[in-house]
Amino acid sequence: MDSLPEPSTGAPRLAGAPLLQVRDLVTTFRTDRGKVVAVDRVSFDVAAGETVAIVGESGSGKSVTALSILRLIPNPPGRIEQGEVLFEGRDLLKLDDASIRAVRGDSIAMIFQEPMSSLNPALTVGMQVAEPINLHRKRSWTAAFARARDLLSKVSIPDAGSRLGSYPHQFSGGMRQRVMIAMALACDPKLIIADEPTTALDVTVQAQILALLKQLTRESKSALILITHDLGVVARYADRVVVMYGGRIVETAPAADLYAKPRHPYTRGLMASIPRLDGETGSRLVPIEGQPPDLANLPPGCAFAPRCKHVSERCRAALPPLEAVGARHYRACFHDA
Amino acid sequence: MASVADSAIAPPRRQRSAVLRFVGRLFREKPLGAAGAVVFVLFLFCGLFADLLAPYGMNQISPINRLKPPSLQFPFGTDNLGRDMLSRCLYGAQLSVIIGFCAAGLATLISVVLGILTGYLGGKFDLVTQRFVDAWMSFPDLIILIVVVSVLGPGMPQIIGTLGLLLGIAGSRIIRSAVVSVRENMYVHAAQSTGASTFRILWRHILPNVMPPVIVLFTTRVGVVILVESGLSFLGLGVPPPAPTWGGMLSGAGRTFMYQGPWLALAPGLCLTVVVYATNMFGDALRDLLDPRMRGSR
Repeated sequence: MDSLPEPSTGAPRLAGAPLLQVRDLVTTFRTDRGKVVAVDRVSFDVAAGETVAIVGESGSGKSVTALSILRLIPNPPGRIEQGEVLFEGRDLLKLDDASIRAVRGDSIAMIFQEPMSSLNPALTVGMQVAEPINLHRKRSWTAAFARARDLLSKVSIPDAGSRLGSYPHQFSGGMRQRVMIAMALACDPKLIIADEPTTALDVTVQAQILALLKQLTRESKSALILITHDLGVVARYADRVVVMYGGRIVETAPAADLYAKPRHPYTRGLMASIPRLDGETGSRLVPIEGQPPDLANLPPGCAFAPRCKHVSERCRAALPPLEAVGARHYRACFHDA
Repeated sequence: MASVADSAIAPPRRQRSAVLRFVGRLFREKPLGAAGAVVFVLFLFCGLFADLLAPYGMNQISPINRLKPPSLQFPFGTDNLGRDMLSRCLYGAQLSVIIGFCAAGLATLISVVLGILTGYLGGKFDLVTQRFVDAWMSFPDLIILIVVVSVLGPGMPQIIGTLGLLLGIAGSRIIRSAVVSVRENMYVHAAQSTGASTFRILWRHILPNVMPPVIVLFTTRVGVVILVESGLSFLGLGVPPPAPTWGGMLSGAGRTFMYQGPWLALAPGLCLTVVVYATNMFGDALRDLLDPRMRGSR
């Protein structure tokens, strides 16, 4: 750990190295308008069993970061240009194709944001949950189906045994997302990456799914990377938060700290724009003025500068580095706010 | 794991009832397609059991019964050599079944392999292969067939191979476009994220989702092959006589004795028309019904 270059983003110093260390990750896309840097020198750690939320608006690079960890960026047009993704000490970016496939779905599993289209319409649900078990654990299909049934009842699908033979279109959105979670849990992964797992679902179902995900990861002691744009979700479920803007990390802190004392103007703007039930009635929400940044055309300085209330010449000229402002609390801003 | 591997949780077997339900839908929603299917099955049955069904041998000559019009004894009449036309049409069905299914099967196989590979892998491989397909499709099929037959001589294997290759390469375009749209689905990315290899993704996730166009391609190809084979036989380049092909019957005795015995042309001509039309109707109905989202619905 000590030999690694800063910035460390303040993972809890548990025994040994963290489960996942992302270091200086840069992912770019070739587009008609030139090269777009979707993820720019992003570094963070995830400890075993920890839940880390990556928060940001659309285009902030949070999903690309997640996909880059498992090297699922379509190439071309995407390319992981530099950086390291150390998982249990191995750099996933340097593995050959067969080795990275052995990691995918086995020790790192992924849950996608659209349960409606993430399941294969031509295969039964049981088949799809059983597939990773058959693939990674080399179990027979019969044994894999038995495990699939257990998994489905674990994610609270009633009458799991008979639902194995159903097709995805016979399930509701929430049920499909439960199936996706069952698929992700199939091989007892050490890390689950959930990319906006509840975006397409009803609000009541969202809470159920997140509670289930949290409970199951706690039971299996899996770490969880929760990608979301919903700070309300973060408050309830995350141990630590990484806030991204324009492809870069602007602030990272333990969840409680971040809520008590957001130190980056963007994070504060996000907080102010969330409706609160315990606030004054009739108080207005404060929007963040302006548009999200154009990644093909980022300003040389801080990406948030054009929308920031505290902006100065310094912000426009140079990129603020990620600096410690508290215990495991880092932010990238020149202004002491 | 043996203890949990009891039959109660074995992979579900619902195939048979699904097929029955599908047939039910075919008859309810697509009556014309269902009629096509019945004729198609009948044609298949006649072809497979021609030896048992035919009242006379295909080349059994009866000099006293030459050019007899249709009667109870000879329902389709007899030709200039006194051969029973019904028997010859049945054996013709047999030849058509063999050529139709073998060539259409080969064509479909080539289309699927080529279409899935180019559609899924994309990039330069796709570009180069599909330009080759473009060039290939710009040749008239019949010219290539005639060249092959005149070089190798007429015969069933040549016709099956050439037709399979011709239609297979052209049909790969249809499968490719289906694969391209399936490839972009989230579940393909999800399969990648579970660590499935490219082959596994192609076999388990792409292929089942392009099965509807594959099945439709096959059925319509059967019709096309039968028609083209008849055309070749009509030109004298098909399966050589005395084998009773429908096209051969039309061009041989059918044309020569058209005025003395119109049934000589009518019998094989009607067989050909009905079978090809039925096959196309059946294929169209399948295309409309085979939407994967409709599967397993009650």
